[in-house]
Amino acid sequence: MIKYLIEKEFKQILRDSFLPRLIIGYPIIMMLVLPWAANLEIKNINLSVVDNNHSQYSRQLVQKAVSSGYFRLTDISYSYDEAIKSIEKGDADVIMEIPANFEQDLVKQGNAKLLITANTVNGTKGGLSSSYLSNIVMDFTTDIKDKWVQPVKAASITPTIKIVTQNRFNPHLDYKVFMIPALMVILLTVLCGFLPALNIVSEKEKGTIEQINVTPVSKLSFIVAKLIPYWIIGFLVLTICFGLAALVYGITPTGHLITIYFCAILYVLAISGFGLVISNNSETMQQAMFVMFFFMMVLILLSGLFTPINSMPQWAQTITIFNPLKYFIQVMRAVYLKGSGIMELGKQIFALTLFVVFFNSWAIISYRKKS
Amino acid sequence: MKQFLSFIRKEFYHISRDKRTILILLGMPIVQIVIFGFAITTEVKDVRVAVFDPSKDEVTQKIIEKLDANEYMNVVSVIDHPEDVESVFREGKADIAIVFNQHFSENFLHTGDASVQLITDGTDPNTATILTGYVTNILSSVQQEISGQSKASFSITPEVKLLYNPGMKGVYNFVPGVMGLILMLICAMMTSISIVREKETGTMEVLLVSPVKPIYIILAKAIPYLVLSAINLITILLLSVYVLGVPIAGSLTLLFAVSLLFILVSLALGLLISTITKTQVAAMLASGMVLMLPVIFFSGMIYPTENMPVVLQWISNIIPAKWYIICVKKIMIEGLDISFVLKEIGILSVMAITLVVISLKKFNDRLE
Amino acid sequence: MNENNIVIETKDLTKRFGHFTAVDHITFNVHEGEIFGFLGANGAGKTTAMKMLCGLSKPTSGSGKVAGYDIGKQSELVKRNIGYMSQKFSLYEDLKVWENIRLFAGIYGMKDKDIAIKTEELLSRLGFESERNTLVKSLPLGWKQKLSFSVSIFHEPKIVFLDEPTGGVDPATRRQFWELIYQAADRGITVFVTTHYMDEAEYCNRVSIMVDGVIEALDSPVNLKKQFGVNGMEDVFYKLARKAKRGE
Repeated sequence: MIKYLIEKEFKQILRDSFLPRLIIGYPIIMMLVLPWAANLEIKNINLSVVDNNHSQYSRQLVQKAVSSGYFRLTDISYSYDEAIKSIEKGDADVIMEIPANFEQDLVKQGNAKLLITANTVNGTKGGLSSSYLSNIVMDFTTDIKDKWVQPVKAASITPTIKIVTQNRFNPHLDYKVFMIPALMVILLTVLCGFLPALNIVSEKEKGTIEQINVTPVSKLSFIVAKLIPYWIIGFLVLTICFGLAALVYGITPTGHLITIYFCAILYVLAISGFGLVISNNSETMQQAMFVMFFFMMVLILLSGLFTPINSMPQWAQTITIFNPLKYFIQVMRAVYLKGSGIMELGKQIFALTLFVVFFNSWAIISYRKKS
Repeated sequence: MKQFLSFIRKEFYHISRDKRTILILLGMPIVQIVIFGFAITTEVKDVRVAVFDPSKDEVTQKIIEKLDANEYMNVVSVIDHPEDVESVFREGKADIAIVFNQHFSENFLHTGDASVQLITDGTDPNTATILTGYVTNILSSVQQEISGQSKASFSITPEVKLLYNPGMKGVYNFVPGVMGLILMLICAMMTSISIVREKETGTMEVLLVSPVKPIYIILAKAIPYLVLSAINLITILLLSVYVLGVPIAGSLTLLFAVSLLFILVSLALGLLISTITKTQVAAMLASGMVLMLPVIFFSGMIYPTENMPVVLQWISNIIPAKWYIICVKKIMIEGLDISFVLKEIGILSVMAITLVVISLKKFNDRLE
Repeated sequence: MNENNIVIETKDLTKRFGHFTAVDHITFNVHEGEIFGFLGANGAGKTTAMKMLCGLSKPTSGSGKVAGYDIGKQSELVKRNIGYMSQKFSLYEDLKVWENIRLFAGIYGMKDKDIAIKTEELLSRLGFESERNTLVKSLPLGWKQKLSFSVSIFHEPKIVFLDEPTGGVDPATRRQFWELIYQAADRGITVFVTTHYMDEAEYCNRVSIMVDGVIEALDSPVNLKKQFGVNGMEDVFYKLARKAKRGE
């Protein structure tokens, strides 16, 4: 009996004018475009310099700042007020003001001051700009000290700790490597969450659901028949994403694809089940869409995709325990970057399985053939 | 005029009867503000440190103690073999590993040649960078303590001034973004769905044969969402000021005026979508997925646009929300007056006019 | 028609929505092979009553049996033995003619081979062969209606429930439709049909007339006309419906 239902579901999806194009096109576009945008690195900071000193030192300092690669010199202003206007207009992000006595103070007294003013509307950017600049200034100090100050007799050796940094799994700290597995999760969630949600409600709105309810079709068959196509769509989307990640970005998983596919089975089932629950409890498609959108937004924000879960306050972290996205994102990143295997992902697999059982049972129970 | 009012009343009835959607429309900004305000932060806390210490001498102990004492960090595991670092990361048990070499104190004090390896889990680049910074700071301060070095005799001291948001709160950046998102969502998506639904159910024809001009039908549909948007705007501002502590530094009137302009743009966008799509599902998917995700990613709301390749920066220029968000930041957080937002207002106005003209034309075409 | 075999029976069947009693203690029987007309004005409670019989709605009180199974406790068994056609002719608009037939036939447990054979028969009987591959949404209303009915009895159920099946269709098409109903009844399928077209009442073996949730009359059209001393069923209806407080 279920085979007829599954036939129907597939035919309907394939015949829809919009859906197949969406399923194939959307992931492709998102994968090709979004990774370039989703980048929290701070670069190309617009620097405005007010150089009241015009000395060799001041010029060298500015040179150093520009050649660091973090900054783009947008203008050299004649006064601080002018530079502030630059910030207000949005042309500059940070100002470095070098006082008139800069060189003299350094040579005579051994220390000088300067002013760094950063636009901190974007807190991270402002903070990082000012600390990059401060570091450059520190470096500069060391540079000129070596040249000008007599090296102290080699007798006393200042104890120093040499620090060597190594970044495992992502040696170049490439943000894309971090984002792309997570983007795949989002795509999967959106397509396998929204579409089942709209599905049952649309049958309700059209009236065909009544025709089904009057037949001996069991709730289980009906729900399973609705889920299977999305399961398959999920795989298709995932495979497209893997292909694009490898072809376009050269990102291939360190671990086994099988692990991801396995967890994806669980994840798609869980998310589709959730979509169906919403569908069962909505009367119109608009309602279903909205509820789904709301949950999706909350779940995506609190999933560790954009910002680390460890940074969240305790109450938010507790909420994330109930968020299937969190576990799957962990799986994706772990397999792609760290090469984790099924053994190491026990906790996530367990959690995902619970979600599958929970949501799908709820979907079956909440689907009422009789009112 | 009376007919117009009765149309508006009808639209309000439609909306108010769908309790669930209203709940979400009014509740979503609140939830978003709370999440963005409190949960979304790139601050790094609760760092888990793994240590490999073959020397186990005073200097290493001192360093380890200092690390543990730091409020953001916790030494969670001690590794016996340096190779274990990989598995500790893979099992997700630590974020950074510190590997000391042998005879650390000796080297440190006598040959000046102690070295420490900091191995981070590079999965999240920003976190890795920040963690490295934390630990480096601690190592430097230990170094200074022990060597008793006085302030370097040669230094340049930068005085750092942080404008507008000295606390570097991430919230300041997010609130304008949330405003843009919510207004766009309500106006574009809801309006388009509302119009398409009438088309689908066939009631649009009934409206069109009434003596009321089509333009008024559309206006009647838009007005309730305008009201809803205004309510949401006020809610968001109230929450920002009183719950998140984000002040409104500039003119409230100007803020509202600019918001009104943006709402107009979004409504026109919604109208445009409704002329292109035939079914509610398509309208929803078009405004939901096609509009929403680009706004989140390309408007500068979360990810700064300066980092993007030029092509994408061009795309971000087409997104009205981007310009609106810039306006809000300047007015609300930087407290600037109108002369500084002329460019953005100009762009938004052009967008508004263009969209309204195009969509009205398409709408009238469809009628024929 | 087999008068000795009762296929539908109800006893004080009631449905309440809050304070509103849509169906008020109705009691009646339907015989095997009968064409039973369930009449009443809009809002009288016909559709609600029918939904209870089909297992789509739970009775508030009272009981009923369809095809020998209890509609409250054994509704899934009831569904195996009935067919249903609603006002909206709910076929899947984006599926083709033969695909709709196949879907519903399969749901009722028919085997692929049988489905294929019977589909051919049906298509030729209705004259639909050329439309086999047409999407249902492209069919004219009268064809949808006939197809809908045919799908509902495709699996030869004991009883078929028809809810206002001829709404919005011209009189000639309606008469053709009733031909199909007669053919089904001749094969022994009991037909339970709701309608507010009074001329269709004449086509039934017996009719019941619901007013405000209560069955005010139940008999053959001939007897009813005699009872109320009128010539047509409209007049019977009019006399009864005048008392009605609900409906249009």
